[in-house]
Amino acid sequence: MKLTTKLMAFSAIVSASSASAVELEVMHWWTSGGEAAAVGKFAEAWDASGNKWIDGAIAGGGDTARPIMVSRIIGGDPPAAFQFNHGRQAEELIEAGLLLDLTDVAEAEGWADIVNPPNLLDACTVDGRIYCAPVNIHSWQWMWLSNGAYEKAGLPVPTNWTEFSESAGALQDAGITPLAMGGQSWQQNGAFGVISVALAGTEAWLAVNRDKSVDAVMSDEYTRVFEAFGAARSLSEGLNVQDWNQATAAVINDTAGAQIMGDWAQGEFALAGEVAGEDYSCLPGLGEVGVLQTGGDAFYFPVVDDAEITAGQKELAALLLSPPVQVSFNSAKGSLPVRGDVDLTTVNECTQKGLDLLAAGATLPAGETLLSPDTVTQLNDLMTEFWNTPSMTAAEVQSAYADIIADAD
Amino acid sequence: MALSDASDVTAQVGQGTPARKPTRIFKNLSSKIASLPMVFTALVIFVGGTVWTIVYSFTSSGLLPRLKWVGLDQYERLWSSRKWMVSIENLAVYGICSLILTLVIGFTLAALLDRKVRGEGMLRTIFLYPFALSFIVTGLVWQWILNPQLGLQNVVRGMGWESFAFDPMNNSKIVMFGLLIAGLWQGTGLIMCIMLAGLRGIDEDIWKAARVDGIGTVKTYIRVIIPMMRPVFVTSLVLIGSGIVKLYDLVVAQTSGGPGISSQVPAMYVMTSMFGGQNLGQGFAASTMMLVTVVIILVPWAILEFGGKKRG
Repeated sequence: MKLTTKLMAFSAIVSASSASAVELEVMHWWTSGGEAAAVGKFAEAWDASGNKWIDGAIAGGGDTARPIMVSRIIGGDPPAAFQFNHGRQAEELIEAGLLLDLTDVAEAEGWADIVNPPNLLDACTVDGRIYCAPVNIHSWQWMWLSNGAYEKAGLPVPTNWTEFSESAGALQDAGITPLAMGGQSWQQNGAFGVISVALAGTEAWLAVNRDKSVDAVMSDEYTRVFEAFGAARSLSEGLNVQDWNQATAAVINDTAGAQIMGDWAQGEFALAGEVAGEDYSCLPGLGEVGVLQTGGDAFYFPVVDDAEITAGQKELAALLLSPPVQVSFNSAKGSLPVRGDVDLTTVNECTQKGLDLLAAGATLPAGETLLSPDTVTQLNDLMTEFWNTPSMTAAEVQSAYADIIADAD
Repeated sequence: MALSDASDVTAQVGQGTPARKPTRIFKNLSSKIASLPMVFTALVIFVGGTVWTIVYSFTSSGLLPRLKWVGLDQYERLWSSRKWMVSIENLAVYGICSLILTLVIGFTLAALLDRKVRGEGMLRTIFLYPFALSFIVTGLVWQWILNPQLGLQNVVRGMGWESFAFDPMNNSKIVMFGLLIAGLWQGTGLIMCIMLAGLRGIDEDIWKAARVDGIGTVKTYIRVIIPMMRPVFVTSLVLIGSGIVKLYDLVVAQTSGGPGISSQVPAMYVMTSMFGGQNLGQGFAASTMMLVTVVIILVPWAILEFGGKKRG
């Protein structure tokens, strides 16, 4: 009996002394080559701090991963940390009190002063409390062009959407698919968002997405957008790919002319050893309107009934925003750092364009921070149907789009 | 010897106790106790879960269930959603084709094997093999086979038929048939085995009698054997039917509902609205509609099939 007590006391001491080494399971959906390399930087930094990173990667993108994460949190077996796009996706989890309040970490680290643009932190804030750690800025407003493909077709690389549309015929004649587009609905809806900012302008876009104005959807500016998107449908014929990185690969291989995709695509170019400006070009805002949507990824930390893990979660939150980690992670991922006071190690031409826009304050809030996931899903369904149904007219889609916006909360 | 002793003892004990009519509840007590866990599971999990789902389908539950009543709003939205209509249409097409083709192909294969062909064991294994694979694997395999750049279309074109086109995965008009092929490939083997077992259960004398009467083989199958195999067909029907209603993983693996929304199915609608769209209420409404449809089809059939037997 006495021996047992002694042993127990001993093991208690041992576990107390090893308290600093916390094992945290982190769930995310970063599985493409560039993304996996980037998340590896987080794991390295966390392991270097004497803790242990347990990688819980889920393949298949956010739409596949989010339900798994949510069901684990609701089911009472939460991971220590998980990735979401910051915005309204975690709204209800926060309201239900399932997520850890990070306000004390944020105050200690001075996030309010360093996070730039400030709307990133706003997206993490509910009733004045901060619930997530933003780790990067991603913007949708990019078109990636293959210089090689245009060389093959004997054309100059376009500098805006209008030129791109005009050059599409010549590309097709050269056996190149002008626009690479993956089959998943979020890619098609995302591309539509980019075209709408570029062609309708930021004010009309905000009127639709922020103010939920039906009149704005039915306006002439938006009619142009629906028509342009409808016309773009034929440009992707002949390339049947599903995932976004397969579509990016087609641009890298010069079998496709261009892709409208967020800046995370740049990680794929980097991984393939391509050089910005030489092998590929980029057009922020499609070369029409120089503005970036500051969406991105953030980590949330579920509430757990274990002081040791809670301490570890807060330590990890602080680490994710620390300058060296921000630099190594964002350099690998091709995204922009959330703090304005660090310099990226490798800034190429495209990243520089993004940083310039960020510094100039030419930013828009991300769609996910304005629209609920329910609305986003409905829009995804509508736009993917439009993209894949040649007989559907722009006017039909416009009125269906207006209906969804009218119902949006 | 020992056995008869024992029965004598019980007989005596039975006579010794005062004659009282045993209550019906305590009849077969041990087997009733043994089935309690299953009864409990069925009531709490199946019935309870179903009632819970139906109740919450009248609320505006988002990511988490909340009792905020909205009446029939979720159903109105469901029935005005084009994706839901497409899903139902797809399931109907898939269901009808799959039901008929699985039965026909399954029975034909079984009848052919029943003709005492050589290598029956091997053929049976080959036909049954796909059933051992999950729908996810089946979906992926057929996604590759039907991929125009590396699959069937490419092979046929490589053999010289340049204009050959068969790309159901990228053609929204025929995508459901691409799924159907995969579904049949996976499911027919099992039905064939069940049918074969049924055929083996038919008395040899029936065949002899048919031969004496000069009835042809095909006619014997259709007129005599199939009516005799009614229970086997009912089993197959239930198996195929449940497979159709829960069609989900095959679609996810093979097309993920695309191109566009052209291969959506109700189960997928439920999943995307519940978890992708964080709208539980909408998902519950959709799953309630699925249940209602199944009940409408199943109840009259069950009454016809099993209800009469007790009296008969």
